[in-house]
Amino acid sequence: MASRVLRDDTTVFAGVGVPLLAAALAQQRHAPKLTMVIEGGIIGPRIKPGRLPVSTNEMRAAHRAQMLPGITDTFLFAQRGFLDYGFMGGAQIDQYGNVNTSVLGTDYWKPKVRLPGTGGANDIASLCREVIIVTTHERRRFVPKVDFVTSPAWLDGGDTRRRAGLFFGGVSRVVSTLGIFGFDPATRRMRVDALHPGVTRAQVQEHTGFPLLDAPEITETAPPTADELEMLRALDPERRFLG
Amino acid sequence: MGDPDLRPADWDFIAARRRLESKAKSAGDKLTSLEDAVAKIADGDRVAVGGCLFSRTPMALVREILRARRTRLTLVRNLMCTEGEFMMTAGAVERVMTAWMSIGLPWGVSKIMRHHVESGAVALEEWSHLALGLRFRAAAMGVPFVPSLTMLGSDLVGVGGMKTVVDPYTGEAMAAIPALFPEVAILHVHRADRFGNAQIDGYPHMDADIARAAATVLMTAEEIITEDETRRHPDRTVIPGFLVDALVHVPFGSYPHECYGLYEADYDHFAAYTGAIDTGGPLAVVDYLERYVHAPATYDDYLELFGGERLAQQRARARELTT
Repeated sequence: MASRVLRDDTTVFAGVGVPLLAAALAQQRHAPKLTMVIEGGIIGPRIKPGRLPVSTNEMRAAHRAQMLPGITDTFLFAQRGFLDYGFMGGAQIDQYGNVNTSVLGTDYWKPKVRLPGTGGANDIASLCREVIIVTTHERRRFVPKVDFVTSPAWLDGGDTRRRAGLFFGGVSRVVSTLGIFGFDPATRRMRVDALHPGVTRAQVQEHTGFPLLDAPEITETAPPTADELEMLRALDPERRFLG
Repeated sequence: MGDPDLRPADWDFIAARRRLESKAKSAGDKLTSLEDAVAKIADGDRVAVGGCLFSRTPMALVREILRARRTRLTLVRNLMCTEGEFMMTAGAVERVMTAWMSIGLPWGVSKIMRHHVESGAVALEEWSHLALGLRFRAAAMGVPFVPSLTMLGSDLVGVGGMKTVVDPYTGEAMAAIPALFPEVAILHVHRADRFGNAQIDGYPHMDADIARAAATVLMTAEEIITEDETRRHPDRTVIPGFLVDALVHVPFGSYPHECYGLYEADYDHFAAYTGAIDTGGPLAVVDYLERYVHAPATYDDYLELFGGERLAQQRARARELTT
């Protein structure tokens, strides 16, 4: 699903795991003129099938890359405006698309659960033209308010993102295991745009911890084609990330 | 953060500059031993670590810091891996500054980080990946901050106390990412001549900025090259020798982490290490440190634990990926 959003003549900031698979699939299937950028400081790699990287900073991620500019300078490409799409996941996501990958609980310095942290996700959320969240859809994950805003989307809705000094970008969509979600243009609250085949509107609400709005028209997503599945399996034969 | 007179703030560019002005910037020979290099680190220092996650980690220097039983350190690294777990377990660090800590996706969230941070024993000061890079960059530039468009609006702002600044040209508010001047940088590079003129292959990570930000630079190199080789390819030098205070020749100096083009990270070793933690809890890392850090007297003895066959295999895997 995430892969289909990616187009020729654009750039994508891809993390390891599902985002990288989505970008590699798009390159093979419909967007050969897509450039992949990886936060370890890697531009234009050609991922070797069966040797998928597990970190954004390793030789597998840099396989046959076009440039290795360093990490700070890679993010500065995004700050300058060269990065069209960014992908992220997260432990918690709220109704305004804000993501938490830092701490669960209310005391940052003594958290209930310490998570790995932002990595580049905060920067991707702040600096890319458009951000897509890819995640499994669970009620404990889709919460009304995240415990900690690691990666800002629409903050408290309305124009709060812009007022915080985030001039550009924002989360455009959430691709979950149940459907595709957008944000109401005025309130910036999450809404249902499309459901995967066999998933009902009621089911989605049941698995979401806040009331979802509806897009003017809710569509059904097209399931992965045999082609797409075959390409994905070739990229990830051990099913490290495909599940 | 301690007494401000004894320990100036991270972004005190005046104190940082005075420190460099009063320091020898030698074009001389820097070759020394790991022990002598690490003797330049004091308890309580802020130590910036080169490489990123399990790539080009200065593991030989990390190991020596643990052997020297340094304490109260602040460890700074953009993405932190097993070296952070070792330091936490050994009680060497009271604070880490990082954007992310664990080993990598297949090995899950670091149980060791959780153990030490959730109990409050170690403070984890989180900055975004770019913000941490810009903290080193600002310091490398010798200025107290650089403006940026990142990290705004998030709760990360409150963690490290980042402030905003109004752009005098457009009137817009932006992030003022504070400089970070560490006392010490520890770096591992592909090759250097004996004066410390250093070359890095593959991703440069943040090492060049870190070397310029720190007051003292300790370096290990896979290979020591001749002065003539440096002079034949001066465009390859990313850290000039006068920045470097100590240099040690350590082949496989990042192992079991990777060194671009030379050896791939040892995933099997990571799996065995995290497997031991899964069954034995945090004490498994105490055992690990005894076996891999304290028992082997030399770095060669340490490499023996992995065995020549394993090292050769990781070399072959790296070649396959980079040629």
